[in-house]
Amino acid sequence: MQFLARASAASLRRSQAATEAFQRLGACGYATTQLTVRDALNSALDEEMERDDKVFIIGEEVGEYQGAYKITRGLLQKYGAKRAGFTGIAVGSAFQGLKPVVEFMTFNFSMQAIDQIVNSAAKHHYMSAGQITCPIVFRGPNGPAAGVAAQHSQDFAPWYASVPGLKVIVPYDAEDNRGLLKAAIRDPDPVVFLENEIMYGESFEVSEEVLDKDFVLPIGKAKIQREGTDLTIVASGKLVGFALQAAAELDKDGVSVEVVNLRSIKPLDRETIAASVKKTHRLLTVEEGWPQHGLGSEIIAVVVEEAFDDLDAPPERVCGVEIPMPYATPLEDAALPHVSDIVRVARRMFNLE
Amino acid sequence: MTPRLSSCSRTGGAGADRLAAFRPSRGPQRPTRAARQVFAKAVATPTKEASTSASKSASISSETAKELYRDMVLGREFEEMCAQMYYRGKMFGFVHLYSGQEAVSTGVIKACLRKDDYISSTYRDHVHALSKGISARKIMSELFGKKTGTCRGQGGSMHMFDAEYGLLGGYAFIGEGIPVGLGAAFTSAYKRRVLGDDGADQVAVNFFGDGTCNVGQFYESLNMASLYKLPCIFVVENNRWAIGMNHLRATGSTLGDEEPWIHKKGPAFGMPGVHVDGMDVLAVREAALEAVARARRGEGPTLIEAETYRFRGHSLADPDELRSREEKEHYAARDPIPQLRAYMLKHGLASETDLAELHASVAAEVDDCVEYADASPKPDMSQLLENVFADPKGFGIAPDGRYRYELPGFTAGTAEVS
Ligand SMILES: Cc1ncc(C[n+]2csc(CCOP(=O)(O)OP(=O)(O)O)c2C)c(N)n1
Ligand SMILES: [Mg+2]
Repeated sequence: MQFLARASAASLRRSQAATEAFQRLGACGYATTQLTVRDALNSALDEEMERDDKVFIIGEEVGEYQGAYKITRGLLQKYGAKRAGFTGIAVGSAFQGLKPVVEFMTFNFSMQAIDQIVNSAAKHHYMSAGQITCPIVFRGPNGPAAGVAAQHSQDFAPWYASVPGLKVIVPYDAEDNRGLLKAAIRDPDPVVFLENEIMYGESFEVSEEVLDKDFVLPIGKAKIQREGTDLTIVASGKLVGFALQAAAELDKDGVSVEVVNLRSIKPLDRETIAASVKKTHRLLTVEEGWPQHGLGSEIIAVVVEEAFDDLDAPPERVCGVEIPMPYATPLEDAALPHVSDIVRVARRMFNLE
Repeated sequence: MTPRLSSCSRTGGAGADRLAAFRPSRGPQRPTRAARQVFAKAVATPTKEASTSASKSASISSETAKELYRDMVLGREFEEMCAQMYYRGKMFGFVHLYSGQEAVSTGVIKACLRKDDYISSTYRDHVHALSKGISARKIMSELFGKKTGTCRGQGGSMHMFDAEYGLLGGYAFIGEGIPVGLGAAFTSAYKRRVLGDDGADQVAVNFFGDGTCNVGQFYESLNMASLYKLPCIFVVENNRWAIGMNHLRATGSTLGDEEPWIHKKGPAFGMPGVHVDGMDVLAVREAALEAVARARRGEGPTLIEAETYRFRGHSLADPDELRSREEKEHYAARDPIPQLRAYMLKHGLASETDLAELHASVAAEVDDCVEYADASPKPDMSQLLENVFADPKGFGIAPDGRYRYELPGFTAGTAEVS
């Protein structure tokens, strides 16, 4: 376990890697530029550490190894390391005004620290009647990965989203990752930031505005990722990409799909979801997690409460199968939702099959 | 259930306080003579260095030496084959190889344990499974994700289980397996002390790494093992690294030392701590024999720190850029396999021909297991929904009033289960 903290200004040295990341970002004389999710996260961390010397990173392998998924690349060289161990310490230091960013190698391992997150971080502000605040970010990859079986392949979004006192973000593209991570670090409350390993290497076009060092996105606001008139697909994180692909496919059937990218799942942007369904009259939710008590259940509840009379068909969910993730490829494949599943269920909603 | 009740009255009468048998004897209940003596012994030699075998004349029979040698070679060859198969796409996800550490698995499991003893392991579990006697075919098939594997392809590299052989599991989370192993030791003690089964002398051995000694479960388990005098052996395979984190950078030094010694944490919890050269299978065996005998006699746990080294990266996905060449060479020179080989030849425990035959038989076994795994069928879709519950009523009731697991699609893996 290690932590990276900003040293005195004199010892600030920019590493090769960080410089490269900056140069990539610095290419913003153009209106748009390509940015990977990894660089979006790396630059957000870098800039926020630069901006506020109370921000530090703590986690396993965030130093010499540069993060298990290289998100903290270059930051050790730039900010230097101090070492300690880990989630409980980070929470305790946040109570005293520091702003830790806890990197979980993957969110599977956050289960080791669930007490510190759920019972300490989330509740102290309330229990202490506002005397204590906990400006902390818990971040790292979440959700199924490939071939790593039951313990390393699962979605914790609904777990964290059910806890009062936590804010939970599930970013999709480079813009989301950059703007929301910066927002999370600046937020005075504990924020759980659920990334996706499979997305780190993906590149997205971003505008000049996104590269501004004060670019922050509001927590609790969804984004209409694609406009449409016949069906609302609500998704978050990697699954927004699936929804967009499904939408393109459904276009060929003449079904116009609106894709709502939730961005944050707690607080949940009820207005945006309801407004979209009032327009399209149909709802399909998509997630990789298990169906029972999941994100889809919550979104459908919102729509039933806010837009029941506007529904033209029963809402549908596409989810992971309710089993621990199997290792063998054919079983793993059968346990996870695919774009084709989204298309199939959507067609069923329009009696196109 | 019945024997448990009858034995309760046998052990103590007063209510059904089954855990009374586990309480440390304090106050008026003085420890027995034997227990006192052991306690004194443990304090007198709180930590020690297991003697290295090289200095002694042959302490083992030719048969035993050959068995240990073959087990180590099998471990090595199996793992090297795994690397090839991984790069050929036959196995997937994270695959962590054990090459270099064989003396620990062999010296503890092969040399000292019975089939009905328990072991708990980590994600680096293939060779522990082999030493315990599970067939290479079953292990390779699991790695290939085949139906003939230890877990029908459901668990994979990091999750090997075999109830028949007392393999409690490969655990992907560091520290997770330690209390699980402790629970098996508790069960063994429970059978003996509460259920009156005098034959229940199974021990449980927990394997884990240096990095894992900095997680809470390790300390919690040391305490409970000592408190209840459980037949449990903690084997720390100290290979100096936890992925890219060096042991010395991650762990505070023990008092009065320049560096952290994990075995010294044993006496603090009331158990002997033994430091052993984990590249010397005979030294490991000697330390383990003593610890196992002590556990079987009901005298409680031992902490063994075996200094070892992995010859490959953390997993097959690790670029292994942080360990120095000097360090790698230092340990390569102490490779446990040539060491035992030299020892056997020197003491006339085997001839060159014997050893060549052992190598040939291992090569044949490894080739065979690959062929077997390759030819084995993939899991059927019927497996998709099986094994989630022991009682599949856990999936609930379908709209037609039947249990969901009775639906026609259940065994095809297509039923709606939520
Ligand atoms: C609870 C938990 N946190 C993090 C990890 C990621 N991880 C996998 S292996 C490992 C290092 C373990 O090192 P060590 O205990 O020395 O065992 P070795 O790999 O050297 O055999 C870590 C941190 C994990 N598996 N479980
Ligand atoms: Mg290690």
